[in-house]
Amino acid sequence: MAVSTDNNPRSKRRGAEAPFADQYRDWLRTMLLIRHFEERAGEAYSIGQIGGFCHLYTGQEAVAVGTISALRSDDYIVSAYREHGQALARGMTPNSIMAELFGKATGCSKGKGGSMHLFDFAKGFMGGHGIVGGQIPLGAGFAWAAKYRKTDQVSLTYFGEAAANIGSFHEALNMAGLWKLPAIFVIENNGYGMGTAVKRAAAITDLYLRAASYGMPGVEVDGQDVVAVRQAMDAAVARARAGEGPTLLDIRCFRYVGHSMSDAASGTYRSKEELDASRMRDPIALLEARMRDLDLLDDATLAAMDAEVIAEVAASVVFAEESPDPDPSELWTDVYAPEGQ
Amino acid sequence: MAVITYRDALNQALREEMQRDGDVFLMGEEVAEYNGAYKVSKGLLEEFGPMRVVDTPIAELGFAGIGVGAAMVGLKPVIEMMTWNFALLAIDQIVNAAAKVRYMSGGQIGCPIVVRGPGGAALQLGAQHSQAFESWYAHIPGLKVVMPATPADAKGLLKSAIRDPNPVVFIEGEMLYNLKGEVPEGEYLIPLGKADIKRAGNDVTIICHSKTVAPALNAAKSLADEGIDAEVIDLRTIRPLDEAAILASVAKTHRCVVAEEGWAFAGVGAQVVDLIQREAFNDLDAPVLRVTQADVPMPYNKHLEKAAKADAGKISAAVRRVCYKD
Ligand SMILES: Cc1ncc(C[n+]2csc(CCOP(=O)(O)OP(=O)(O)O)c2C)c(N)n1
Repeated sequence: MAVSTDNNPRSKRRGAEAPFADQYRDWLRTMLLIRHFEERAGEAYSIGQIGGFCHLYTGQEAVAVGTISALRSDDYIVSAYREHGQALARGMTPNSIMAELFGKATGCSKGKGGSMHLFDFAKGFMGGHGIVGGQIPLGAGFAWAAKYRKTDQVSLTYFGEAAANIGSFHEALNMAGLWKLPAIFVIENNGYGMGTAVKRAAAITDLYLRAASYGMPGVEVDGQDVVAVRQAMDAAVARARAGEGPTLLDIRCFRYVGHSMSDAASGTYRSKEELDASRMRDPIALLEARMRDLDLLDDATLAAMDAEVIAEVAASVVFAEESPDPDPSELWTDVYAPEGQ
Repeated sequence: MAVITYRDALNQALREEMQRDGDVFLMGEEVAEYNGAYKVSKGLLEEFGPMRVVDTPIAELGFAGIGVGAAMVGLKPVIEMMTWNFALLAIDQIVNAAAKVRYMSGGQIGCPIVVRGPGGAALQLGAQHSQAFESWYAHIPGLKVVMPATPADAKGLLKSAIRDPNPVVFIEGEMLYNLKGEVPEGEYLIPLGKADIKRAGNDVTIICHSKTVAPALNAAKSLADEGIDAEVIDLRTIRPLDEAAILASVAKTHRCVVAEEGWAFAGVGAQVVDLIQREAFNDLDAPVLRVTQADVPMPYNKHLEKAAKADAGKISAAVRRVCYKD
């Protein structure tokens, strides 16, 4: 495939010449779905339909879509607690995710996981995990299993830039590099771990440089641009499948909302100006512009697509509302494997 | 039957399970080229190669997590902790990931991992190297906790642990590796969750596990000379606890002493006492007593260390008290 290195979406390129042009429509739809899903999740949270912690993904859509679109259906994905968007990008249904957020029996984890613990084993979605960095060795473990079984599956692990400071990051990346595991480690570098800016927590703020310590390439990626994310991911996947080992992607992005629902989007640890500036390069708007440039999108198509995902999300809320709570007996199931398994 | 050491019994169990199931692999510090810090994995690298017997860096959290990940997608890792003291660094992966993933995923994803290695005190290793942590893991729903006291139990229980679809914390006795005993050859399994009557008796029940089994048996022998006929029950598996075996014995003897290597506070014995007072209160002729390590970090000095440890003398003394012979 001829991949253009021209990243300027304003240059006039015709459909076939632009990288991934045939996928843009799907990507845009998924990014819109994530955006609207998170808006509705936020509303549902504010009226008490969703409990506990709820960490929204708004603003980071290009990261999930750009990375996951490069994977095969038998590859593995593992993430932290900010994983609704990735679960949607992986093709888990809004119904199964919204129902999980509502704690219902129809949720992807039977209502026992919640916002932070979305799982779909059949889709290789190996969970959202709530301990910062705890999922990083797990991702290396899936890669280990792929290498052990001599499949050419890859394992994609997401975590925030704050998680890159915890011991599990260093231990897992060191072993992944040492053993050339087919792993891709994605730092979703949104600049803040809760209220702590990266420069207040990391001795070096260019986190991709850390890859050098673990014998793997480290790549800085523009996380607002889904095409840039996808191109970086393609290179990482190719390396992993070829047995050349892991890659660390430092994907710069921005979360539009607070760390969790209890936290304001701006005004405390980051300024309104900073937030507004980031919104100037909105990942969805950037993709829209790219598509319009290629005559792949017009107002009517966009409006129809938008209406479609809004309806899909609305339906998921209805589905979640109408779904039953788990049977009380479910309290006691799934602690151990059923006898005889 | 062959008489072999506890160490070799574990080695046989690993070898046989690795031969029978290609999904089983061993990973940990020094397990491969060095043949294991305690030589449990001797010869396995030679037989199975470096993908199945894997030396790791000193990174307990990291390699435990790699094992948990591999288990989540269906492999059967055996993760060796050089000792359970160092496994404290990995406890996040064992407790927050391995034990929870089945529940959090609504039953979709299991974790058939065994984390194993020596626990408890050896001799004069000081406070950081002499700790019994079974109550920590037994506290966690989702984990099984297994602690063999004899070579035969070591083999039969490790084979069952490797085949178990749940995460199993398998704690070997650091002082037991050279213990010899008869071990059946070939396919030989002991079910998890079944206690063993190591000595039958009528007057008092001594509940013990792992390193307190031998002192309990020694105590029983000397008590027999005093006319006290003790029954010694080896729990073998701490979780699930064989409640039926404990209650049956107490119903027979009406008296009980619980001996364990760990600290008393919130220890395994506390759970056993709770069970007995709830379910067998009317069977009891005396309060249940516990023999444990002194509630202090383990001292280095050998006299202080001996004073801190549970031993046969302390078990005998407790038995005499519950028999009102003191
Ligand atoms: C080990 C651990 N320490 C602290 C927390 C509390 N905590 C949850 S999220 C978070 C910030 C993490 O930020 P980052 O990794 O950058 O991810 P982001 O939220 O930006 O997606 C903290 C401190 C935790 N869950 N786990």
